[in-house]
Amino acid sequence: MSTVPLTHILFVSTALFFTGMYGLFTRRNMITILMSVELILNSVNINFVAFNKYLYPQKMEGIFFTIFIITIAAAEAAVAIAIVINLYRTHKSIDVDDATEMKW
Amino acid sequence: MWTDFLILMKQEMAVVAMVFILLFMKLGKDRSNESYMNVINVLLLLNLILGFVCNREGILFNEMFRTNKLIVLEKNILNLAMLIISLQSWSWLKTHKHVPEFYILLLSSLLGMFFMISSGNLLMFYLGLEMSTIPVAAAVNFDLAKRRSSEGAMKLIFSSAFSSACLLFGISMLYGTTGTLVFTELPQHISNNPLQLFAFILIIAGFAFKISVAPFHLWTADVYEGAPVSVTSFLSVISKGAVLFVFVSVLYTVFSPLAKVWYNMIFILSLLTIAIGNLFAIRQENFKRFLAFSSIAQVGFILVGVSGGTDISTTSVIYFVLIYVFSNLAAFGVVSVVTSATGKENISDYKGLYKTNPALSWVLAIAMFSLAGVPPTAGFFGKFFLLIAGAGKGNYILISIAALNIIISLYYYLRVVKAIFMDANSTPLPSVRIPLMSKLAFAVCIAGVISIGVASPVYDYIYSLIVLN
Repeated sequence: MSTVPLTHILFVSTALFFTGMYGLFTRRNMITILMSVELILNSVNINFVAFNKYLYPQKMEGIFFTIFIITIAAAEAAVAIAIVINLYRTHKSIDVDDATEMKW
Repeated sequence: MWTDFLILMKQEMAVVAMVFILLFMKLGKDRSNESYMNVINVLLLLNLILGFVCNREGILFNEMFRTNKLIVLEKNILNLAMLIISLQSWSWLKTHKHVPEFYILLLSSLLGMFFMISSGNLLMFYLGLEMSTIPVAAAVNFDLAKRRSSEGAMKLIFSSAFSSACLLFGISMLYGTTGTLVFTELPQHISNNPLQLFAFILIIAGFAFKISVAPFHLWTADVYEGAPVSVTSFLSVISKGAVLFVFVSVLYTVFSPLAKVWYNMIFILSLLTIAIGNLFAIRQENFKRFLAFSSIAQVGFILVGVSGGTDISTTSVIYFVLIYVFSNLAAFGVVSVVTSATGKENISDYKGLYKTNPALSWVLAIAMFSLAGVPPTAGFFGKFFLLIAGAGKGNYILISIAALNIIISLYYYLRVVKAIFMDANSTPLPSVRIPLMSKLAFAVCIAGVISIGVASPVYDYIYSLIVLN
C-alpha cells in the first residue's frame, strides 16, 4: 500500500518543528513569529496523522487530535492578530524590538 | 443518563450559564456598570454555593471527563478566588466601558480550567489548557490604550503559543510510542524509552511555562506588570492554581513509571525557581513586578512539596494553593484599590501609608507576613507542610536550601512592611476610600489567612479526600 516508511515522515515533521523554532527565536516581525508557531503546530499535525495511519490504524484518535489542533490554531491566531493590531495602534510598529518598554 | 450528565457537569454548566446571561444582558438594553457588577457578583456567589451541594463521582464521554470530590474541591477553590477577584475589581471596573466583556473573558477562561482539571484524556486536557489561556491573553490587553498592556498581551500570547506547541509535540510523541491518550491507560506503556523521555521533557516544559518555573519564567514579570491589576491577580492565582492541580495529578498518575527521572528534574527546577524568584524580587521597584517574582518563588516552594510524590505532597500543594489564594489576593486587592484611586504602582509610593490609610496598611502587612511565612498566619503552615512533604524523600540538601531561602524572602517582604509603617515620607498617598465590595473581599481574605492556618480540619479534609481516591 504505502511505500514511504514512517521514519521519512517523522524526519520531515521534526525538521519542520525545528525550522519553526528557529524562526520563532530569530524573526523580529510579529506576523512572522506567528507563522513560525503555525509551522510547529503543523509538524505536530503531521506526526499525529502519520502515527495514526502507520501504527494504530484501528482507532482514529490521532486524526481527531489533528482536527482539534487546526481549529484551536485558528482561534489562537485570531486573538494573536487582534493583539498585534492593537499593539500597532499604540506603538506604530510590529517589530518585537520596538515593544521592549518592560525589562527585568 | 440525562440527569447524571447535569449533576456531574454542574459547575461547568453554571459557568456557561453565567456567560450566556452576561451575553443576553449585553444584547438587551443599556445598563449601568453597577447593575452588571451586582448581577455578576450575586451569580458568582450562587456558583460558589452550588459547588458545595449535591456532589457525585463519575465518568463521562468515554473517560474524557471525570469528576470526584477532590476535583470538585479544586474547582471550589477556583470559584472562591474568582468571586474575590470580582469583588476587588469593583473600583477599577466601575468607570470602564466594557464590563460584561471583561467577565465573559475571565469566565470562559475559568470554564477551560474546569475542563482541564476534570480531563481524563490528553485531548481534553489540551483543549482545556488552550481554552484557559487564549481568553486571558485578550484580557491582559484590556486597557486598550495603554502601551504596556498591549506589550504584555503580545508577550503572553506568543510565549503561551510556543509553550503549548512544545507540549503538543510532546503529546504527539507520547501518542506515537503508546498508542493511547487516556490517562488511566498511559502508565502501562511508559518506560525509560528515549523517545518517551524526550516527550516527557517537552510536556514538562509546557507545564513549566504555564506555572512560570525558572528557566521558563521570563514572560511572567512583564505580563504581570502590563496587565490590569484584576487580570494580574487572576493570572497569578487562578491560572497558576489550576495548572498546578493538573500538573500534580498528571505527574503522579500518568508519569508514575518515570518517578526517578522527574524527581531529579523537580529537584533542580525547584531550587532554581526559588533562587531566581528571590534574587529578582529583591531588586524590584514596581509593586506588580515584585509580586510577580514573589509568586515565582512561591511556585518554587510548591515544587519542593511536589517532589515528595506521596499523598501528603498532593495535600500540601492543594492546601498551599488555598492559602496562597487568600494571601496573594489580599496583597493584590490593596494594589488594586491604591492603583485605581491614585494611579501609583511603585513600592516607594507606599512609604508612610500607615499615616493616611491604616486599614489598607494592616491588610497589606498581614498579606506580606503570610506570603513570607511568619507563624500566626496561614502562610507559615502552608510552607511547613510543603517542606515536610518534600522531606519525605530524605533529601536534606533540598530542604535546607529551601528553608534558607525562606529567610532570604523575609528580607524583601519585610522591606514592604518597613516602607509602610516606618519610612518617613513628606508626601504620602492621600487617604483612599475603600469601596464596600473591596472591604468584603478584604474581610474574606484576612479571615482566611488567619483562620485556615490554625484550623486543622481543613488540612485533614483535603487529606481524607486524597486518600479516598
